[in-house]
Amino acid sequence: MSNTTYIGKPTSRVDGPAKVTGAAKYSAEFNVPNMAYGWVVSSPIAKGTITKIYADEVLALPGVVQVFSHENVPSLAWFDRNYKDDVAPGGSPFRPLHDNKVKFSQQPVALVIAETLELARYASSVLRIEYEEEKHETSIEDKRDDGFEPGRGKTGWMPPPPPRGNPDKAWENATHRVEAEYVHGAQHHNPMEMFGTTVEWRGEGKITAYDKTQGVVNVQQYLTKIFGLSKDDARVVNLFMGGGFGSGLRPQYQVFLATLAALELKRSVRVTLTRQQMFSFGHRPHTLQYLKLGTNPDGTLAALQHHALHETSQFEDYTENVVNWSGMLYQCENVKLGYQLAKLDVFTPLDMRAPGAATGSFALEVAMDEMAYAAGLDPLDFRIRNYAEKDQNMDKPFSSKKLRDCYHQGAAKFGWDQRNHEPRSMQDENGMLVGWGMAGGVWDASMQKAAAKATLTADGKLLVTSAAGENGTGTYTIMTQIAAQTLGLPIEAVTFKLGDTDFPEAPVQGGSWTAASVGTAVKNVCEAVGEKLLKFAKKMDGSPLDGASMDDVEFVNGQIRLRKDPNQAVVIRDVLQASGESKIETDSSAMPNYLKQMPYSMHSHNAVFAEVKVDPDLGTVHVTRVVNAVAAGRILNTKTARSQVLGSVVWGISMAMMEETVMDHKFGRYMNHNYAEYHVPVNADIHDIDVIFVEEEDDIVNPLGVKGIGEVGLLGVAAAITNAVYHATGKRVRELPLYLDKLL
Amino acid sequence: MNSFTYSRATAVEDAVREKSTHPDSAYIGGGTNLLDLMKENVERPVHLVGLNKLPLTTIEPTPDGGLRLGALATNADTAWNEEVKSRYPLLSQAILAGASPQLRNMATDGGNLMQRTRCYYFYDTATPCNKREPGSGCSAIGGYNRIHAILGASEQCIATHPSDMCIALAALEATVRVSGPNGDRTIAFEDFHRLPGNTPERDNNLEPGELITGLDLPAKGFEKNFTYLKLRDRTSYAFAVISVAAALELEGDTITDARLALGGVAHKPWRDKEAENLLKGQPATADTFRRAAAKVVEGAHGYEHNTFKIELAKRAIVRALKQAAEGTQQASDVFLNSNP
Ligand SMILES: Cc1cc2nc3c(=O)[nH]c(=O)nc-3n(C[C@H](O)[C@H](O)[C@H](O)COP(=O)(O)OP(=O)(O)OC[C@H]3O[C@@H](n4cnc5c(N)ncnc54)[C@H](O)[C@@H]3O)c2cc1C
Ligand code: SF4
Repeated sequence: MSNTTYIGKPTSRVDGPAKVTGAAKYSAEFNVPNMAYGWVVSSPIAKGTITKIYADEVLALPGVVQVFSHENVPSLAWFDRNYKDDVAPGGSPFRPLHDNKVKFSQQPVALVIAETLELARYASSVLRIEYEEEKHETSIEDKRDDGFEPGRGKTGWMPPPPPRGNPDKAWENATHRVEAEYVHGAQHHNPMEMFGTTVEWRGEGKITAYDKTQGVVNVQQYLTKIFGLSKDDARVVNLFMGGGFGSGLRPQYQVFLATLAALELKRSVRVTLTRQQMFSFGHRPHTLQYLKLGTNPDGTLAALQHHALHETSQFEDYTENVVNWSGMLYQCENVKLGYQLAKLDVFTPLDMRAPGAATGSFALEVAMDEMAYAAGLDPLDFRIRNYAEKDQNMDKPFSSKKLRDCYHQGAAKFGWDQRNHEPRSMQDENGMLVGWGMAGGVWDASMQKAAAKATLTADGKLLVTSAAGENGTGTYTIMTQIAAQTLGLPIEAVTFKLGDTDFPEAPVQGGSWTAASVGTAVKNVCEAVGEKLLKFAKKMDGSPLDGASMDDVEFVNGQIRLRKDPNQAVVIRDVLQASGESKIETDSSAMPNYLKQMPYSMHSHNAVFAEVKVDPDLGTVHVTRVVNAVAAGRILNTKTARSQVLGSVVWGISMAMMEETVMDHKFGRYMNHNYAEYHVPVNADIHDIDVIFVEEEDDIVNPLGVKGIGEVGLLGVAAAITNAVYHATGKRVRELPLYLDKLL
Repeated sequence: MNSFTYSRATAVEDAVREKSTHPDSAYIGGGTNLLDLMKENVERPVHLVGLNKLPLTTIEPTPDGGLRLGALATNADTAWNEEVKSRYPLLSQAILAGASPQLRNMATDGGNLMQRTRCYYFYDTATPCNKREPGSGCSAIGGYNRIHAILGASEQCIATHPSDMCIALAALEATVRVSGPNGDRTIAFEDFHRLPGNTPERDNNLEPGELITGLDLPAKGFEKNFTYLKLRDRTSYAFAVISVAAALELEGDTITDARLALGGVAHKPWRDKEAENLLKGQPATADTFRRAAAKVVEGAHGYEHNTFKIELAKRAIVRALKQAAEGTQQASDVFLNSNP
């Protein structure tokens, strides 16, 4: 029996107590002596030129330290490549305060530094700036014919595969056909915690930036390249995050501004953004999608065409995988996928939870529902009939795919077989129309290079570090579990630290790859410690492990013991003490096994079933029940994983029912830029949510067999709800959010 | 945001004097609206007169059988007050349909009447707005106006009054009690808020320096047949897209008295007495309700994004009257109650 088996167990967050007691420090909470405060001044116009900045007027206020703008920014790195971060798409990254050009509404145009926050804020409110406005373009609707195919995308983006079969002819000849446009507006991540950076001036050009980011290494590289600092000069720290959802993948402008000010003033500076300014940068792009589906007489898909057009900025070509999924989720021989961007006077969009797939799966899965109805088939049967046994985009088998089990287990839990196929056929006791809808999705199982360091001390305590990120997902906890189990130590004896560039390198926290990448590095480094331990253990007087290899032993319950005879064991703590060493310290890294993975397509999947109740007269919709069945390889911690999927469902409800950043094209400006008017659900909007983790073994994706669960749970949720609304009302809504006006 | 001084008044006269002697000053109750406006630079008072220590927090009977709400009673204390709950449940329901528990704990009854519109443009100093800056233009006309008015708007302003509480107060025919530099007076509720006309910068008919001291509710509370129906984009913590306060008095199936007021449709709580007259003396049937509803929206005018409100208003009125007649709770409460 092992008491040190933690992987797969519902383990409570190791950082939970720190968070609920307030001991956890967020980036804007690091107080350092002699700090100055910065307040960002945002542009009221969407496009034009700054003609005059009356900085003198505010500099005259006692306590105002400096006004930074393009007029006095020191000369910094010249080339675009210095401004490119790990997640930058093709193009020229935005350079804050670089010149007098305004490229998007709410662009930071000045930074006011003062002795107090209140003064900085006041001074920025009276800082007069004159602009010469130019005509802006902010509507994707006006750019329908101006789309272009992006050249270079960012890492992880794949252009759609070339067409296969004869998609046009097959569609023409199909027995049943549907075609429609699907739309959602811009959405902003809106994590609870605002972006903020405290830059501590350490003297002699050295700084520590406590920054809200999903990737400290990414920010460090960004700062060193722009400001000409060495890595030792610029330490970047992020211990906790009040949500990221992708908004922290790229260095945000406040870290640039705070660093600039600290280096120029040679003192510590803090810059935080307001909620309104949280709408001034990347977002899920406003996307128009057109789908054409056709079926054969037997209900198999004859043709599938999916085209997407979304916004990007004038200076970068933001890309995400919107349509590719449609070529792999279902079996179809005739497929055409198209993907275009259009340039607008807005900030570059930015990955937002399940980027591309949340968008694409909404359109595809609503279209599939429409297709099922056109062909007279149950939406679930229709999907199973068109189940993809291999990835036709890549012409490769899946490393594992348990989507069928998701369908079956989800349907059973939901009671799908009780459904009456006819729209508007079900009602509850209060006269509400009841609708049941389903959908599903597919997401990448990725892994990146990552490193970790482990130190085991003579008191039996293990410290593992990696510069990974944690935005509330449970990284601290699962890494602690992996480390504890790998070395057979009680979880209390293990500490995992992250979010510091002094630790070994790790990728940005995104793409659902942290568990796989950092998890594998942690496992490897602990195994390396284990090897050293075994070496020492074998040297102990009368060691029962004499002659044993790593394969012969296991690390369990604080012991190293023989697999064959568990009674032959030594206590780990004794090993170190006997060795005379004070500690064992090792570094290790992990990389995907490309050779092993090459022949396979690696993905996670899910199936979502949703119930809605709709008021027949008033059009109000309530999502009363959701079942989300997820196949994502091995689940490391059923408790934090469940929380992630619950959060995904809430996100999906939010995307379906309320999220939309509304742009007034007269001003080229988002108008509902605050929490009162940009809606996300409250408790009263959330009802029953069931999460099912379907068992899925996969030793190809990585040694841990994990595929990541941060994003897959969101897929299909908005579509399932939209489909349920159709089932309830007979009304097909193709534009999110599902406000009541669309159902009157 | 600007820096400001603050003084705390303990007597009504002091408050009024403080306000009149400080130019560019403002009263502050719970601060739940004023502070937001200050953070957005929409309002920039240099002095705040704190009201929370005024002896105006009580809720007590009036000689004529009604109830007086102190202006500094919180929205929460008012909604949960036993007298209010049992005699004016319409008011209690309307308050509880608004904001969130945290906000209602802070918000005062006087402040609720004075809260300003949620028009996006009003809140964003980067855009023109006649209400914020008279003569600069109305950005909502031709802009994003889904939450804007369909009744009583002007070419200068199409904003709505956002309050829920005030819709019930309009239906109940409350009286606003006021103290000012020129003494005390009372204002009938329907005369308190204004239509925008050519002076959208004025939300109401308070004179400069006047302080709301209380609200008087008349004896009649319509406690048997009432509904506050609020339609919104999320189940709680969102302003009304449309709300309806309906109150009926019935003898058998015949309506003997009726009140009907709407929120989310106009610059002021929109009470329609003609529609009420169409209800009085009539059987409480769907036909009667539909006639009243049609009357309310007779002169309605929609803009780019809010034309749906005309149809929605009609349906909401019919539903609210039906629920009031039946004495049942509003539909969306089904969902609120399952999540206490
Ligand atoms: C996110 C959010 C959501 C909300 N949702 C809703 C909702 O759904 N429904 C709803 O009805 N409301 C809603 N509210 C508004 C809330 O009800 C009001 O902010 C609140 O009632 C204002 O009261 P207060 O005491 O805080 O006013 P304050 O903010 O203190 O003052 C508001 C104004 O009234 C003036 N004032 C205050 N007291 C007096 C007085 N006695 N005499 C004269 N002038 C006075 C002040 O000078 C100021 O101009 C919401 C508010 C927020 C922030
Ligand atoms: S509707 Fe009224 S408040 Fe809104 S922009 Fe127009 S004038 Fe201003």
